[in-house]
Amino acid sequence: MLDSNKDSLKLEAMKRIVAMIARGKNASDLFPAVVKNVACKNIEVKKLVYVYLVRYAEEQQDLALLSISTFQRGLKDPNQLIRASALRVLSSIRVTIIVPIMMLAIKEAASDMSPYVRKTAAHAIPKLYSLDPEQKDQLIEVIEKLLADKTTLVAGSVVMAFEEVCPERIDLIHKNYRKLCNLLIDVEEWGQVVIINMLTRYARTQFLNPNINEGSGGDKTFYGSDEDEDEDEEEKEKNPYVMDPDHRLLLRNTKPLLQSRNAAVVMAVAQLYFHLAPKAEVGVIAKALVRLLRSHSEVQYVVLQNVATMTIKRRGMFEPYLKSFYIRSTDPTQIKVLKLEVLTNLANETNISTILREFQTYIKSMDKDFVAATIQAIGRCATNIGEVRDTCLNGLVQLLSNRDELVVAESVVVIKKLLQMQPEKHSDIIKHMAKLTDNIQVPMARASILWLIGEYCEHVPKIAPDVLRKMAKSFTNEEDIVKLQIINLAAKLYLTNSKQTKLLTQYVLNLAKYDQNYDIRDRARFIRQLIVPTEKSGALSKYAKKLFLALKPAPVLESPFKDRDHFQLGSLSHLLNAKAGGYQELPDWPEAAPDPSVRNVEVKDSVRAVGTVTFRDTGGLWDLQGPQKVEGKSDSASGSESGSGSEESGSGSESVESEEGSESEEEEEDEEEKNKKKKKKELKKPVQETLTILHLVLCLQTIAPSSALKNYELLHRITGEGLSVEYCFSRQPFSPDANMVAVQMQFTNNATSDTKNLHMEDVKLQSGMRVKEFPEIGDINVAVIKNKRSRSCSKFFVSIQPPVGELMRPIFLTENEFKKEQGQLMGMNEITEKLTLDAKCRNEHAIVQRVTTAANLSRVPCGSDKECRFAGRTVTSSSLVLVTVATKEEGAAQLTVNCEKMLIGTMLVKDILLALTQ
Amino acid sequence: MIHSLFLINHSGDIFLEKHWKSVISRSVCDYFFEAREKAVDPENVPPVLQTPHHYLISIYRGKLFFLSVIQTEVAPLFVIEFLHRVADTIQDYFGECSEGIIKDNIVTVYELLEEMLDNGFPLATESNVLKEMIRPPTILRSVVNTLTGSSNVGDTLPTGQLSNVPWRRAGVKYTNNEAYFDVIEEIDAILDKSGTTVFAEIQGVIEACVRLTGMPDLTLSFMNPRLLDDVSFHPCVRFKRWESERVLSFIPPDGNFTLMNYHVSSQNLVAIPVYVKQSISFFETGPCGRLDITIGPKQTMGKTVENMMVTIHMPKAVLNANLTATQGTYTYDLTTKVLVWDIGKLNPQKLPNLRGSLSTQVGVPKPEDNPSLNIDLKIQQLAISGLKVSRLDMYGEKYKPFKGVKYLTKAGKFQVRT
Repeated sequence: MLDSNKDSLKLEAMKRIVAMIARGKNASDLFPAVVKNVACKNIEVKKLVYVYLVRYAEEQQDLALLSISTFQRGLKDPNQLIRASALRVLSSIRVTIIVPIMMLAIKEAASDMSPYVRKTAAHAIPKLYSLDPEQKDQLIEVIEKLLADKTTLVAGSVVMAFEEVCPERIDLIHKNYRKLCNLLIDVEEWGQVVIINMLTRYARTQFLNPNINEGSGGDKTFYGSDEDEDEDEEEKEKNPYVMDPDHRLLLRNTKPLLQSRNAAVVMAVAQLYFHLAPKAEVGVIAKALVRLLRSHSEVQYVVLQNVATMTIKRRGMFEPYLKSFYIRSTDPTQIKVLKLEVLTNLANETNISTILREFQTYIKSMDKDFVAATIQAIGRCATNIGEVRDTCLNGLVQLLSNRDELVVAESVVVIKKLLQMQPEKHSDIIKHMAKLTDNIQVPMARASILWLIGEYCEHVPKIAPDVLRKMAKSFTNEEDIVKLQIINLAAKLYLTNSKQTKLLTQYVLNLAKYDQNYDIRDRARFIRQLIVPTEKSGALSKYAKKLFLALKPAPVLESPFKDRDHFQLGSLSHLLNAKAGGYQELPDWPEAAPDPSVRNVEVKDSVRAVGTVTFRDTGGLWDLQGPQKVEGKSDSASGSESGSGSEESGSGSESVESEEGSESEEEEEDEEEKNKKKKKKELKKPVQETLTILHLVLCLQTIAPSSALKNYELLHRITGEGLSVEYCFSRQPFSPDANMVAVQMQFTNNATSDTKNLHMEDVKLQSGMRVKEFPEIGDINVAVIKNKRSRSCSKFFVSIQPPVGELMRPIFLTENEFKKEQGQLMGMNEITEKLTLDAKCRNEHAIVQRVTTAANLSRVPCGSDKECRFAGRTVTSSSLVLVTVATKEEGAAQLTVNCEKMLIGTMLVKDILLALTQ
Repeated sequence: MIHSLFLINHSGDIFLEKHWKSVISRSVCDYFFEAREKAVDPENVPPVLQTPHHYLISIYRGKLFFLSVIQTEVAPLFVIEFLHRVADTIQDYFGECSEGIIKDNIVTVYELLEEMLDNGFPLATESNVLKEMIRPPTILRSVVNTLTGSSNVGDTLPTGQLSNVPWRRAGVKYTNNEAYFDVIEEIDAILDKSGTTVFAEIQGVIEACVRLTGMPDLTLSFMNPRLLDDVSFHPCVRFKRWESERVLSFIPPDGNFTLMNYHVSSQNLVAIPVYVKQSISFFETGPCGRLDITIGPKQTMGKTVENMMVTIHMPKAVLNANLTATQGTYTYDLTTKVLVWDIGKLNPQKLPNLRGSLSTQVGVPKPEDNPSLNIDLKIQQLAISGLKVSRLDMYGEKYKPFKGVKYLTKAGKFQVRT
């Protein structure tokens, strides 16, 4: 069916194949037949073929290579989505041979103008890295470049790539830290999680511990302190410690994310606060975490694990939410046990009575594992809080008469631990327990009872030997741990009460001697040597009593979550309490703060970053307010125009579009003042005042257009109803932003009346507002110049299309440097074209003249007179552009362009060719 | 990140597998099956398992296990949340998330999974974006498809992914423009034997169904926003405006979505709409026990309580129940030991009562634990917390939409201990 001509048949076949893959059946035999269809026109078939390829390319590497060219073609498609999907599939087929191709594609895509393609490039980085870790250095370069990206779409993906490839290169983050903090809220939710986790680690290395001055007392409740300002003030009064503003920025920007619907985001913020925030502020996360307890049981499970760890350190935080941890009979057991853990951690003198009352209801539950856990929890409460110890003990003793054996056994174990703390008072309990040995079968419980009796045999002198007698009888049928305890009991009794128990002990030891378990045999031999006095036995036996009946310290019942907080909360490692592969340790706070200035970025950049964050407001209304002075002397009266505006006002798109003449007068003054400050304005320059639009950023300049520059017409005076506009590329560096190209516009009023309120409106940019960032391709397709004349209002549609040659700036290279660079830009980056020179430009001078007019390049000194070399860099991406024109006889010549960007290269070749042949 | 995904049905068959990186053999699931056997209930399977080379993170939804395989450190909630999102998406596409449905649409599901993750990292999880790439099947479309041979895969490329409001499609058009909001509140409560409240709180959610043309910008405001203690929003809600003005300002997604979840501060006393008088007791002698339950309205704010239902998980020893109900019907499932009493509308004049005897296994000691009662109820046109929507304004579009708000109170995890 795959060979058929009909798409519907192909589709059906592909569907069946994919269904096979999905079910886990092997479909690799069909590889050749499927690969043929990779270039299929039908988009659904194509997609399914991609699915197939990604799954099986690894197994059939040679055949997979057949499909590569299709993707390479896709990478150059004008549609960004096709470029992205081609890159995605190309990077997903795990074939080692294509690593160089992938590398090239990623590099190319990383500087694509579409953020979506750049995002895909970021995704491709870890794929390539896992395929060939040796590319790491090159990949880090790409990551560094992408980290500087200012769009929200890219941020999450690139940080993910950073985490997988080079999490140790924390220095790459410095410059982007503030930007990431500011972007965070607009990044998609999965990206947020990754960024927050990364920033937590970053902050731990870069800032000081905010709790450094506080004592260890964490029991205070920090509630109702949600207002940030108050806290900040207090903090400053109390502490000499001043929080780094960047640290504060991080905390402030993550806080709203606690309201996210995504549990993973909430958890990420919670752990960030737990690890980074001053104690007084950590409280805010409690509410959000408690909210997550309403979610799916898996989410509850993870959250409760983390809450359990937090409650050990900061009990006060969750105390007000105590009741939220109450257990319902419908909860799964693992959730119940975790809730119990949290409740136990939260218990203190004030709330213990309520908690114990709750525990009492739990003990009646049907779920026996849970009951056992409850008994242990009671035990822990009793050890932690002295006042309730007796109450707990009594309660537990009551449980001893429970009919369920598990419950009784668990109680025995817990009672044993509790009794160890104050055995004197409780001999009756011990007696009670001694009686239980007849009924209880659970080995752990039996062992516990025996140990208790042995340990406190002095308190129950009558019963102890009797118990030993019973035990001796059943010795052979006992479990190993019970046997060991019987030996233990026998030894202790022998030492305290040898009259009654001598024979019994001998008997037990003899039984043990022939036991199957070598542990028991060893123990028996050892004890016999120790306690039974013989001639040989040395000094040790004197101390036998001391050895056996030494006072033992009471055990400390601890939470299993006690030491978990050295793992980053919310991480897999924390959950498993074991280091998972790829886990990055959370570093300790530094002693002294590292230099905060590393995060400083030029102000311009940060402003721009903010500008793009709010790109919901695109719609871009660029107001070019031009209040004018009118000097109506002659027919060709020229308006002196001043323009102002800035990027901020542009992206905010709020600037007022005032059309009233009266207002414009006021503004005039303002504008002028501003302008004077900025540039020296030569107001009285006779005929022409030029308004320079520096690629969307308007700025006032008065440069007479130099003759070398080519003027382009933007608006003809007839269509413009008297107003004509010309523009040229001034080739001057654009001071506000070096990455932009200056466009100089010249307005001439040829009409009789005044032209007022000249401004630009409704700018439509190709591929959205991003042009701002990528001015090199900035074809402003349609701009409207609104020209309000005395009464009527006219709009003109104009467009600026910069030739590619204007999108670069000249650089100076020596011949050797040139050759070296050229050597690196071979292969796909080199484009060569043969041509016949125009008759007029066969000498060197003319060639240089024409090339430099066509493109903004500078000449490279060259030894031979047959060759002319030029060099430049593109304005935005600073990629090198090298041009060589080698002349031969009779006007034949060869043009070579080397450029990292193939697109630019091709276009440049075309332009220069045109310039040289005409 | 997420390496592979296996879908496993109730009986332990793997019926779908998807790998985002190299293929991992199915045998990795054996560790999971082991744990599954150890745990009695499927809910008790630990969500995170450690195996020698991998970590398994699973969720249990609609009698299916979604099992993902992880190799390196990743936040477990990240994976769990994503798996739930997968289940949500399947539900959204096909109306339910069950084995049969997934098997019937296996190719579509596989394609969805392909789009949702790239190399294990979530790529497109917004259902609106996904629907542009892979159209959900409808009856009409499947008929058209068979006739014309066209496909379910969108031939337009998704633009939503590129937009700054990824949750909303461009160019939405409706002839009837409507926006409906359901304020649904759930009472979570634990009452003890004597009927006193051990713990009670209200969790609310606002579900929205918005079918509006173009790019409307909505603002929803409340009469008493102070009631809301803790909130979480759909990403479309502008958090800044909520913080400063306590209004919800948003550009809505198209169709049904959850606008916000909230929690009503526990300082406010929670009105419990019903009271329950119950006695369940088992006798030492004779294989029987007695059950007597009466339910009556308490604080219902003048509304009627509907869809009353009582569910009791009986102890294992209870063999059968011989009861009489004055209202509604009861069923006792012998295998799961669940007693369900479906009452329906609660009549304040004649209180429903269920009484009778329970027969227990002979020779087994009487069960000492008393089962707790889970109560389900609904009250229409009432938000028990008293929350009220004051107005809904629309900006950005010229037409006038139909607006509507509905209130509903339900019992959430409402439990009476005995």
